[in-house]
Amino acid sequence: MTDFFKLHFFVPLAAVLGLVVVAYVGVQANLQLLFGVVVPYMAALIFIEGMVYRLIQWTRSPVPFRIPTTAAQNKSLPWIEKNLGEKLDNPETTKHVVGRMALEVLAFRSLFRNTRTELRQDPDHPEGARLIHWSYKWLWLGAIAFHYAFLVVILRHLRFFTEPVPGFVYLLDSVDGFLQFFVPVVYLSGLVLLVAAGYLLLRRILRPELRYISLAADYFPLFLILSIAITGILMRYFYKVDIVAVKDLALGLATFKPKVVAGIGVIFYIHLFLVCVLFAYFPFSKLMHAPGVFLSPTRNLACNSRWVRHVNPWNYPVKFHSYAEYEDKFREAMIEADIPVEKES
Amino acid sequence: MAKAKVTVPTPAEILPGISYKTPEKGWMDVKPDFRPGTYCNPANPKWLEWIGYPYPRAWHVTDEDWHLPSDWKETILQGMEDRLSRFRSLKLFFDICVRCGACADKCHFFLGTGDPKNMPVLRAELMRSVYKRYFKPAGRLLGQLAGARDLTEDVIKEWFFYLYQCTECRRCSLFCPYGIDMAEMTILGRELLSSIGINIEWTLASVAQCYDKGSHIGATPQAMKDMIDFFAEENERVTGIYTPITYNRKGAEILFVAPSGDYFADPGTYTFMGYMLLFTYLGLDYTISTYAGEGGNFGFFMSHEMGKRLNAKIYAEAKRLGVKWIIGGECGHMWRILNQYMDTWNGPADFLEMPVSPITGTKFENAATTRMVHISEFTADLIKHGKLKLDPMRNAHIKLTFHDSCNTSRGMGIFEEPRYIIKNVLPEGHFVDMPPNTIREKTFCCGSGSGFNADEYLETRLRGGLPRANAVRYVHEKYGVNHLGCICAIDRAVLPTLLGYWVPEVEVTGISELVGNALVFDEEIERTTDLRDRDLVGVGEAEEGVEAAEAAEEEE
Repeated sequence: MTDFFKLHFFVPLAAVLGLVVVAYVGVQANLQLLFGVVVPYMAALIFIEGMVYRLIQWTRSPVPFRIPTTAAQNKSLPWIEKNLGEKLDNPETTKHVVGRMALEVLAFRSLFRNTRTELRQDPDHPEGARLIHWSYKWLWLGAIAFHYAFLVVILRHLRFFTEPVPGFVYLLDSVDGFLQFFVPVVYLSGLVLLVAAGYLLLRRILRPELRYISLAADYFPLFLILSIAITGILMRYFYKVDIVAVKDLALGLATFKPKVVAGIGVIFYIHLFLVCVLFAYFPFSKLMHAPGVFLSPTRNLACNSRWVRHVNPWNYPVKFHSYAEYEDKFREAMIEADIPVEKES
Repeated sequence: MAKAKVTVPTPAEILPGISYKTPEKGWMDVKPDFRPGTYCNPANPKWLEWIGYPYPRAWHVTDEDWHLPSDWKETILQGMEDRLSRFRSLKLFFDICVRCGACADKCHFFLGTGDPKNMPVLRAELMRSVYKRYFKPAGRLLGQLAGARDLTEDVIKEWFFYLYQCTECRRCSLFCPYGIDMAEMTILGRELLSSIGINIEWTLASVAQCYDKGSHIGATPQAMKDMIDFFAEENERVTGIYTPITYNRKGAEILFVAPSGDYFADPGTYTFMGYMLLFTYLGLDYTISTYAGEGGNFGFFMSHEMGKRLNAKIYAEAKRLGVKWIIGGECGHMWRILNQYMDTWNGPADFLEMPVSPITGTKFENAATTRMVHISEFTADLIKHGKLKLDPMRNAHIKLTFHDSCNTSRGMGIFEEPRYIIKNVLPEGHFVDMPPNTIREKTFCCGSGSGFNADEYLETRLRGGLPRANAVRYVHEKYGVNHLGCICAIDRAVLPTLLGYWVPEVEVTGISELVGNALVFDEEIERTTDLRDRDLVGVGEAEEGVEAAEAAEEEE
């Protein structure tokens, strides 16, 4: 293990454990107002303002060139037909760009394309080895499981913030908990989230080239999310907290009538504090890939630059070697070679 | 400095020795190892003077002191700030990478060298770390913990080493879940290096020659004419058809722009002969320009601006000559530029007309604003309309696979047209694609694109071309493929070297060359060879057969 790895792995681990301790000590010191009301509001504020700020920062820079990655046949002769998949991988119209983005955001299209390449020793090969490529969907599966599980978990939590609870939340609840092998009912999303985040963490640690590139900024959100999931699961299944009181607090926050509710276990505050940190951290981290992907110029533009002019707002005139200068330099030779010229001398 | 002699290990030495093990030390503490064969030579100062770019000076890669200008650091940081404000791509790509590693084994240089800094994610991090240090509060405060590091001369050297181990092929961008494009960062990173006078010889020599004379190869107008007139004679010798061409002719309907590689060296020259045969066959009213005698654009390999300065000549010349529209030859990066940059840089080309094929009447609506049509589109349209009499048996000695060039694939999306042509000019069953993970949008680079044709860079080029060559070897062994077709002049220039090293049994050909072989003219002589003077199937064998029979009779 290199010092580089230790630094980037253990510091964020210690940071997340530190956050747990902070919340624990805070609640023991009766700072429920701070951890139950002030911090959540601050986190929400930072999240929204930070997100807006970052989006403005990005969009202030223009997109000078139309550089979409053309992942299929482009518009060509009328008899060269494209199927729907090709239309989405090389979109010609806004409609298809929307389709491409939807596939990217909802189904992780590019990651689905993933392959693995390996240099395989092969005694039959003249050079003793050859490259093998194969389709590799595990990262896609891990990523999509992680994100959708997270989404379901967030949506499920709406039941704490709403009264009456919208019907779809109940529906989600029953689908998520259809495997009734424990009391209370076990939510699959929570388990999937834990397993998928665990996979994403383990591959970073176990695959040497990933360990080599991983930074604290990669481990910290994983530790944070894993801790959130673990505290949530502990709270639901093992160290139960007063769920009515929790809803009271959550509804108070959501309706801007915050109040401190007594009698909620400390593990809840740890859970909540970690969530707050995640929200506040979000706009300043790589987690911004979520809104960022919508702005990605290799994905969100139609590949139509040959038939629709794309304008660069800062396009400026450049000096180039003019024909007149060129002819002045080569006139005699051109005349001798019977190449037409503008001026005979 | 005496030029270091470059010796390249044999394939059997390189291949099993590629190790993907990561170094013990963290990547911030590992410096590049400038071995002969693995870096490009610096540009001769005179080229910079020709084009009026900053800090011309003599320096050497292996020297400790690169003689950077005194304010190099401010220049780089200001340049970075400026580009962050002008390119959303750069800002976004710096900010949203999650280092998932999906791009890692997609890069041909990583696969061929095993150097972890050739994983696009880490190559980008070489620049991103500087961005974090100077433009992000976390990086300023936390330094290395935030993945940030100071900008030092060692960092500049590292950028030089690795940004010139990226061919801007965009294969990584295809697999990136956010479409982060290493090519974009490489282009901008090279701009930064160029702003402090760090450029490579191969690119700059080509740029300066193209700027001054009209093509990368630096041909004077008369030399260019000599070369191309020679092809007209060659065509006549092989086919009986003289294919004269006009130069800088005003009032022609079409301006034809080809990459200079196609009139400079084999096997590109055969592709050029193919263009001329086709155009003569059609009686096309076209001309070529000695001033805009270059379709390729090595300027793009040093900066957006230089790309624009070279590209400007094409429209300027089309306007001066008063042509109606433009046809472009077989070239890779040329077509990425014509597709994604030309009109934005130097348009609108409103002095040109909507391209319409004078033979078939087809309107090329996909080129409605650039007014420039790809030769493969033009030819495929002709074949589809039955305007060409073709004899595929004249290509019967060729068993072909097709190399999708990176730029026409991931920067344009031209896949079907060349394949359609190939299927019509080759006998049935003589075309086979390489494995699906190595073609079309997933195609592997030749390893020498974006200005790397230099001899001194041979080892890295051969390593970078390994994934391509490896797939060619596969179809060669399995199906007996003996030719690799392509629509890119850099490919035609570098793939013979690459295949000569990895798969020596396979030759490289342009697609228009195959068209030239197959075209049947009414008044042609009986063809016994292809454009390369190789016997056609049946011809040489028949004679040999007769000779053998005679010899056998004599023996009796």
